[in-house]
Amino acid sequence: MNGNDVGYGFVVLLMAAAAVFGLTPLALARLWARSFSPPKPSPGKQAAYECGLESKGDAWVQFNSAYYLYAIIFLIFDVETIFLLPFAVAFRGLSVGAFLAMMAFLLLLVEGLVWAWQKGVLTWH
Amino acid sequence: MDEGLRSELSKQGVFTTTLEELYNWGRRSSVWPLNFGLACCAIEMIAASMARFDIARFGAEVFRPSPRQADLMIVAGTVTKKMAPQVVRLFNQMPEPKYVIAMGACAISGGPFKQGYNVLKGIDRYLPVDVHIPGCPPRPEALLHALMTLQQKIAAQRLTGPERPPHARDDAPAEFPVPQYGPYDLNPPHNPEVWQPAAVVRDEA
Repeated sequence: MNGNDVGYGFVVLLMAAAAVFGLTPLALARLWARSFSPPKPSPGKQAAYECGLESKGDAWVQFNSAYYLYAIIFLIFDVETIFLLPFAVAFRGLSVGAFLAMMAFLLLLVEGLVWAWQKGVLTWH
Repeated sequence: MDEGLRSELSKQGVFTTTLEELYNWGRRSSVWPLNFGLACCAIEMIAASMARFDIARFGAEVFRPSPRQADLMIVAGTVTKKMAPQVVRLFNQMPEPKYVIAMGACAISGGPFKQGYNVLKGIDRYLPVDVHIPGCPPRPEALLHALMTLQQKIAAQRLTGPERPPHARDDAPAEFPVPQYGPYDLNPPHNPEVWQPAAVVRDEA
């Protein structure tokens, strides 16, 4: 064993010293608080909400996001237009099959419009 | 320690202190106010925190948006009866030790709106106010003076003994009752533990 090989014992010692260095102020603060600043919990202080108002009801509520209606209406009036314009431009050159396919596509979307209309989505509340 | 001995020691360049003084020095040098304003006094409070008046010189520039982190409530402005329960609840949510500065005529008495049907005639009806600042609105210097007065008050607080402040006593209440907003007035109209109407005493002579 040469002189440089002192083992890992001093590393453990340093770790212990570091722990004491960190924990001592915490322990002192804890001790100080216990003697000179006793905790005073109360319902208002423990409350989660901290803007001065009392919280009402339950936080686990469901929101009715009626976004799918907007998605359907958007599909009808916006996406349909994108397909209608090339359809109208290329109308004369189209085969009967392509025409029927386009009509089926339009029917599907108009069906959605009728459904939304009947549901009262188009009425302004 | 004897004051005379202390004075002698300080002349010899020996500084002596007590744990209590050291503790109070730390507390009074970092009073964190709650960040809320109610009316025009809040503008003066904001001015006091800006460069010209610079409340940071007194260690009180850290306006906290949460009552959990605040030591001082500056009631800056008119307290309406609708707002009073929220103010009291915010004060309840502040950790001990906590202090109140009533800033301006409205906060201490209702001020020019004292005869108004919906104005609280002084927040000291519900909260233990430490420093009152008169003025409508008070100058930022007045707020700084109030802060210095509060610092003197903190410096004089005892850690032990019967004169120690409420936060160190177990018998002192942890919460002040929050008034309910009613159709005619707040219920109760004042907290009898912190405020009693002034009794008029007439001499018969």
